[in-house]
Amino acid sequence: MPDLSINFAGIKSPNPFWLASAPPTNSGYQVMKAFDAGWGGAVWKTLGVPVVNVSSRYGSVDYRDKRMMGFNNIELISDRPLADNLREIEEVKKRFPHHAVIASLMVQSRQEWHDIVRDAENAGSDGIELNFGCPHGMCERGMGSAVGQEPEVLQTIVEWVMEVARIPVIVKLTPNISDITEPAMAARRGGANAISLINTIQSIVGVDLDLFAPYPIVDGKGSNGGYCGPAVKPIALNMVKNCAQHPDVRLPISGIGGIETWRDAVEHILLGASSVQVCTAAMHYGFGIIREMTSGLEQYMREKGFRTIDDMVGRALPNVKHWEDLNLKYKVTANINPDKCIGCQLCYTACEDGAHQAIKLNSGTRIPEIIDENCVGCNLCSLVCPVEQCITMERRDDGTQHQTWKERTEADDIPVTFNDERAGGLHHWVPEPAAALGKEKHKTLPGKARQFEKVTVTE
Amino acid sequence: MAEYVTPTTEQEFAGNFAQLKPLMSNSEALLESSRCLFCFDAPCIKACPSGIDIPLFIRQINSGNATGAARTIYEANYFGNACGKVCPTEVLCEGSCVYTATGAKPIEIGRLQSHATRKVMDQGKHLFQPGAATGFRVAVIGAGPAGISCACELRKLGHEVDVFEARSQPSGLTLYGVAPYKITNEETLAEMAYLEAQFGFRVHYNHAISTRPDLEKLEQAYDVIFLGIGLGHTSPLGLPGEDRENCVGAVEFIEQLRIRQEQTAVGRKVIVLGGGNTAMDAASESARLGAEKVVLAYRRGKEEMGAYEFEYDLAKGVGVQGLFNVAPLEILGNGKVEGVKFVRTATFNGQVQTVPGSEFVEACDMVIKATGQAKKTSFLGLIPELQVDGKGRIVFNPNTGQTTNPRYFASGDAANGGAEVVNAAAEAKAAAHGIHQFLIKS
Ligand SMILES: Cc1cc2nc3c(=O)[nH]c(=O)nc-3n(C[C@H](O)[C@H](O)[C@H](O)COP(=O)(O)OP(=O)(O)OC[C@H]3O[C@@H](n4cnc5c(N)ncnc54)[C@H](O)[C@@H]3O)c2cc1C
Ligand SMILES: Cc1cc2nc3c(=O)[nH]c(=O)nc-3n(C[C@H](O)[C@H](O)[C@H](O)COP(=O)(O)O)c2cc1C
Ligand code: SF4
Ligand code: SF4
Ligand code: SF4
Repeated sequence: MPDLSINFAGIKSPNPFWLASAPPTNSGYQVMKAFDAGWGGAVWKTLGVPVVNVSSRYGSVDYRDKRMMGFNNIELISDRPLADNLREIEEVKKRFPHHAVIASLMVQSRQEWHDIVRDAENAGSDGIELNFGCPHGMCERGMGSAVGQEPEVLQTIVEWVMEVARIPVIVKLTPNISDITEPAMAARRGGANAISLINTIQSIVGVDLDLFAPYPIVDGKGSNGGYCGPAVKPIALNMVKNCAQHPDVRLPISGIGGIETWRDAVEHILLGASSVQVCTAAMHYGFGIIREMTSGLEQYMREKGFRTIDDMVGRALPNVKHWEDLNLKYKVTANINPDKCIGCQLCYTACEDGAHQAIKLNSGTRIPEIIDENCVGCNLCSLVCPVEQCITMERRDDGTQHQTWKERTEADDIPVTFNDERAGGLHHWVPEPAAALGKEKHKTLPGKARQFEKVTVTE
Repeated sequence: MAEYVTPTTEQEFAGNFAQLKPLMSNSEALLESSRCLFCFDAPCIKACPSGIDIPLFIRQINSGNATGAARTIYEANYFGNACGKVCPTEVLCEGSCVYTATGAKPIEIGRLQSHATRKVMDQGKHLFQPGAATGFRVAVIGAGPAGISCACELRKLGHEVDVFEARSQPSGLTLYGVAPYKITNEETLAEMAYLEAQFGFRVHYNHAISTRPDLEKLEQAYDVIFLGIGLGHTSPLGLPGEDRENCVGAVEFIEQLRIRQEQTAVGRKVIVLGGGNTAMDAASESARLGAEKVVLAYRRGKEEMGAYEFEYDLAKGVGVQGLFNVAPLEILGNGKVEGVKFVRTATFNGQVQTVPGSEFVEACDMVIKATGQAKKTSFLGLIPELQVDGKGRIVFNPNTGQTTNPRYFASGDAANGGAEVVNAAAEAKAAAHGIHQFLIKS
């Protein structure tokens, strides 16, 4: 039986799944309900200075019929009185002593930081998270991402906090910066015990085509908001990896961004996160999704033989390399399984128009054929194919050779001609430009192509 | 067959004849259109006789451009809404959807199509207008799918069009023949009104063209005459007793059902003679009208029926019983139908032969003959030089619709011998372009 419990920079939790600081952790009621449902921890909705909010706060990116592929908000930190929040933290901790309750904080002056850190500790919080991430509203008041984007300011505030903190301190980073490791290193210099990332990404999720205003709309106007949800996972993963690989960061990482299933969580963990936080998925489906997450994680660990979460943390990091370290001798080409092919020809049109003209159609069948000499092994066709495992990328080199760009550069073997084997070498076949004209018009424009021009009648 | 009680009110009728392809809600359309793979050179397009760019209109629905979707549909097929509901999609577009190869259900193309077209119809959004006037005049005989489609396209090309229709309402068999659970009269006529409002052709109702002088008048007043006259009444069987009360033709029975449903009585035990789609329809309809027993009698084996499999399934689904390898010999009864005398048949080398001594009587109080529609050969004989083939079909050039009399063009059932609404709509559009070429060259 795998052990899901974690000790994250001294914060203990029965499983690595925490609710991120956001509306699902707005009250003691919600956090208790979440713990009851199986969540391991919760980062309380950010506490700080009094705020006012606007009405109409969220926007969504939908993909066809799928709602909330991406999600954005223009909400601020907690709008509930500090005293209420602190009292409820205390109540939750009494009822759930073994679950992790982390107080997210955001204030301005050194004194305010000292006061609020002490308040959070006195309420029984297991840790503190410093919100240096909010990309709207708070940054205009010199807080949130305004801090996260200035490593020196960030470091100073962390130092203030560390002057009084007796419990672990996590610094939450904003992704609205070109190099995420800069604020991460600043957090370490300031003495923080861990980092968490990412907060939301500055965004406009859409524009109302009738009102000419960005979503969400507040009385005919809108503002940039913070982007999160499934769409941001790739950005979060890359940033988690950057922090995890950087030799000068060396802090436990709480991975956040686009986590909805156990798979997403495992990806964050394999790239270096040792706890994960979830917001949008809980806002979309409620706390019940935790059942799928814990059972999926447990099953995966069992199958892989991982006993603890720590066994898995960062397991993919050694395989994340710079481009120049990849094996240039490795070669795959696409292979279509004709028994599975349903004849949609999406692979054909994708490769023909969007890649390397390496797929052809034969008359009398809807099953396309790969032209091996032209296939550069880009994967595109296998990505567009709607049938599971129908197009597979097969290895074509014999596996005996290995050469990287770095090795070539060091050996002074930089190419002087366009003779890339993966593009068919010097003989790479590209159709004559003019061969494109009129090609397949009857197929690509079937409706319009059905013209009645060439009819002959008896006069 | 107890599942259907004879409907006595409009509501009960609507219940028994509930639409097989009901209108899709916006949410359903979004879900369904999201499933479409937007195939390259999509097989569904090729399977549509009117060549509608199906993935394009589905993508338009999906991206919130239902009006554009309707335009895509109507550009290819003026009976876009009707076709979405009445086409045998199982053997056309949907039958060729690539999803069928995955075991998943195909995209509901027909319902998506009607969803988009209903939107523009309901909103009264006009998508087309007549072309600049050319001064040419065309007479269209018949306001069925062929005639109306031809009229629309001719108006788009700028020609003046008068449609002469024997009956009092447009759309031909879409209104008088198609089963009521496929489309309602209201929506059929709504589409006709929608087209008429955009294209502005004139329809002269209750105006049959039936004599040589009628035709001469048209020949004098118009540059071209288009024949969209469809087929005729149910062909007689030539059996003794065929004239008994309650022995009716399927086409006539269905017409009554569509136009005067409250006056359509069905027997308690009905025998339907035939194995085509019309027979399936008549049998299903009898069941839904509350008949206690409906027997479908066919000369050959079940597999040899001309009807589509899904049409037979539909009939079976409402309790219709099949009686195969039997040939009717006589309609029995005393004034009224009381039964049918059959003889069993067997097929030898493709030939149906009766089995001597195997006669039997199947009791019933109604017989519906679904044995094909007669061709209108005597009327067609009034047109000089117009050739008709051995099966009574007008000889025509499928690319242009032109007949052997260069000023006469034809499409639809009268020319193809009887197909679907979509075929008539597609052929007539091509014929309009044939007419256009003919006119601008003359
Ligand atoms: C029982 C039955 C069920 C069917 N079900 C379906 C179905 O589910 N789906 C489907 O797609 N198709 C179905 N069809 C076929 C479809 O209805 C026809 O293929 C289509 O209507 C043919 O169109 P048309 O314009 O050629 O002829 P018609 O629809 O027959 O129209 C001909 C029109 O011309 C008029 N007319 C004829 N002669 C004259 C004249 N001399 N002067 C003036 N007017 C004249 C008629 O009154 C009629 O309105 C069915 C047919 C039948 C019989
Ligand atoms: C409505 C909303 C409010 C948020 N408020 C806060 C906040 O007060 N403090 C904070 O640190 N992060 C806040 N976040 C950011 C989330 O904690 C989290 O970092 C982000 O949503 C990415 O995770 P996800 O992809 O699981 O949603 C908020 C997010 C949302 C959607
Ligand atoms: S892998 Fe890329 S180049 Fe090769 S066939 Fe597929 S799409 Fe074309
Ligand atoms: S994308 Fe896949 S299913 Fe579609 S034609 Fe290509 S191989 Fe076949
Ligand atoms: S075949 Fe099916 S999936 Fe492909 S475009 Fe047509 S409806 Fe869509």
